[in-house]
Amino acid sequence: MYSKGLVPLAWATAVTLTAAFALVFFYAPLDADQGFVQKIFYVHVPMAIVALGGFVAGGVMAIKHLRSGDRSWDMRSYVAIHISIILGFGVLATGAIWAKASWGHWWVWDEPVLVSFLVVVLLYCVYYPLRFSIEDPDRQARYSSVFAIAAGAFVPLNFIAVRLAEAYTHPRVLSQTGGDLPGDMRLTFLVALLGMTLLFVTLWKLELTAKNASMQLKKLRNRARVAA
Amino acid sequence: MPALPLDEAGKYVAGAYVVFVALILVYVAIIGAKIARIDREIGELAGEDDE
Repeated sequence: MYSKGLVPLAWATAVTLTAAFALVFFYAPLDADQGFVQKIFYVHVPMAIVALGGFVAGGVMAIKHLRSGDRSWDMRSYVAIHISIILGFGVLATGAIWAKASWGHWWVWDEPVLVSFLVVVLLYCVYYPLRFSIEDPDRQARYSSVFAIAAGAFVPLNFIAVRLAEAYTHPRVLSQTGGDLPGDMRLTFLVALLGMTLLFVTLWKLELTAKNASMQLKKLRNRARVAA
Repeated sequence: MPALPLDEAGKYVAGAYVVFVALILVYVAIIGAKIARIDREIGELAGEDDE
């Protein structure tokens, strides 16, 4: 059921990301301040936004699980958080590369954007031991959902705190006044963000398809064992 | 810090994009291997059923 529309979605993702990278290297102008290094922005920031959005989406799916009691929502929440953590490590790695190129250091502890994102990723790393230390499937799903909701609520709070405290070393991308990006940079950024969002949805559906198939196989095995 | 010259900046930019692509490829390879294993096991199960 999750594999429905996966192939066209995968194609749309591939086309959008290819277009985004083409825009990054052949259309978007060089940044006056940072030069060519600023091209990292187009992969780093969309990945961070989608990862944070994925954490919040995981929380919303967890609410649906607790409200309905349907464990498929817990599985959806788990997969959303799983992919967000993977993207989160990508954000930390690309952020470290950008920091080294811009500031001469791989990590800067007094930069609130970097440290707050690390805190979010580390918070979500707790999700795995919590989830897999509970054997009973119903309790596992329930406890995981409670964690996903609490942590998902923390993400926007953390984002707001960073916006209030940031040292203005990171460029503002989206603000109430429309951001600081000129039109061609903004277009490139929005296409990259769309590509990253499509990538997230594609990977989410792909992993759910694999998990669903795995559960079906387990059921078939049990049925075969009973029949034998 | 002043902007890095293109040859030096290129290494960092390439590094960041390679990290992103590698991350996605490794993930897709792991999930692909999992789906292939499930497919094989379903085939084995269907074979047992035929016997």
